[in-house]
Amino acid sequence: MKISAKSATLLVLVVLVALSPMLFPSGYYYRVGALIFVNAIAVTGIVILTGYAGQISLGHAGFAGIGAYACALAPVHLGLHPALALVLGAAISAVLAFLVGRPILRLKGYYLGVATLGFGILVSMVLNNERQLTGGPDGMEVPELGLRGLLRDAGIDLTNGQFWYFLCGIILILAAWLALNLFNSPTGRALRALHGSEVAARTVGVDVARLKLQAFVISAVYASVSGSLLALQNKFITPDVAGFMHSIEMVTMAVLGGVGSVLGAIFGAAVLTLLPQVLTVFAEYEQLVLGLVMMLVMIFLPQGLLPSILRKVRGKDE
Amino acid sequence: MTALLSVEGLGISFGGLKAVNDVSFTVQPREITSVIGPNGAGKTTLFNMISGVYQPGSGRVVLGGEDVTGMAPHLLARRGMSRTFQNLQIFQSMTVLENAIAGYHLQERGPVLADLFNLPSSRRRAAAAQAGARELLARVGLDRAAEREAGNLSYGALKRLEIARALALSPKILLLDEPAAGCNAVETEEIDHLIAEVAKSGVAILLVEHDMKMVMRISNHIVVLDHGEKIAEGDPASVSRNPAVIAAYLGTDAGTEAAHADG
Repeated sequence: MKISAKSATLLVLVVLVALSPMLFPSGYYYRVGALIFVNAIAVTGIVILTGYAGQISLGHAGFAGIGAYACALAPVHLGLHPALALVLGAAISAVLAFLVGRPILRLKGYYLGVATLGFGILVSMVLNNERQLTGGPDGMEVPELGLRGLLRDAGIDLTNGQFWYFLCGIILILAAWLALNLFNSPTGRALRALHGSEVAARTVGVDVARLKLQAFVISAVYASVSGSLLALQNKFITPDVAGFMHSIEMVTMAVLGGVGSVLGAIFGAAVLTLLPQVLTVFAEYEQLVLGLVMMLVMIFLPQGLLPSILRKVRGKDE
Repeated sequence: MTALLSVEGLGISFGGLKAVNDVSFTVQPREITSVIGPNGAGKTTLFNMISGVYQPGSGRVVLGGEDVTGMAPHLLARRGMSRTFQNLQIFQSMTVLENAIAGYHLQERGPVLADLFNLPSSRRRAAAAQAGARELLARVGLDRAAEREAGNLSYGALKRLEIARALALSPKILLLDEPAAGCNAVETEEIDHLIAEVAKSGVAILLVEHDMKMVMRISNHIVVLDHGEKIAEGDPASVSRNPAVIAAYLGTDAGTEAAHADG
């Protein structure tokens, strides 16, 4: 029986999430794993926006910031449960992406890049300057999600690291499932069509502006959920989550891993989350080596890490 | 017979230069209307205005009695207009089948949430489009290449794929911009047959083509452009005898084309 690319990707993800802990030498690695998953969720959103629809955003950390601060602020000021605060953050991000996306998605290529960059900087500035609300650059505390306690009462006793590892892993699998569904759906086809040729997509009836906006809103929700999970997990948040570097990180992870495929992008997120941990042996040269690795990958494997590796493997089979 | 498409005094300027000036003609259902002219005569520009890619500077485009001047291409598609491109506009990284399915966009599109959650309604829409696309690919002889990445196909095959994608819209009028350009004799003949067959099925066809033999063979009606203006119009026989047409072709380096037009 031929297994579809979608099932294969999901299977690989489930197996990795479930079995990786067997290789963990210490509890610390659950934390690293959870961080990979949180990044991978945002990067999966980038795959939808950039890989499917061919649109670039250099400001998606802005949506991560909104998700993160929703979880920090809504429980305190609105009395919302942190889980509902995550949903609220996603809703705000979606509405904001809709409002911001409508005018700026008319722009193409680097013009769009600069416009989204502006959006990201705007969010970051608000979070930095509204001290009485956000604590400014010093950041602020985020309430406990509380789900781990409920699980313990139900007889499932996980360490904090384990809990976040599995929760983020499950949400990532769900996020990947949605993105893979979209790929082969009518909407996904239309997105990929407008990526291939915008004028041809228009002539087959694709409402290009509307479709781009849909991709932008969906990817904003992904970034927002990622930001929320980061905040809830760390129980502390600073405006860096909405910063320019975080936006760049998302795009870099996606492109480095292979922006055309969900699994590739997740792989990119894993590599770029792990690499700094590994590169600590280079001490002050860490950033230098990281930059060098990224340049070399893009020069020699322009399709991204995973697609290039898969092609090599398949090439040997034939 | 009322015209399906009428072009009335259409014109456009680029930087003060009149690329197309005051061109009028009509297109009837079941007929093949061809626009010919030397290189740079404004044929593709005319096409781009009719299909909503460019906003005309003057004049009107009327489709099925409705003024559609400057209407966005995706709205024209809903009104039954479909087109191909001179320089291929294929979705390169999608499969041949996916390219054809994309032509069914208006039929298969639905709520994005249904698509995200892979609901039965979404799968039904996609399956119906896929069945239609497979039939179309068989019709243009590409059914065996269905699963291949479109970018790997030969030029002639891509030309047919583009026509298949345009036909997927079940258009009332099909605009073909040099469908045989760059094709060899066999491929040209295949495309030739395909166009005649489509016209016979009731679709109005508006064709821009350089291959004079093909134009003379399959057209019912010919419009001749030169320097952005219409210099002649009529059936193939009368156009090929028209002195203004012969002069226009001989006056440029397209002398060989004039020879075809003459013979």
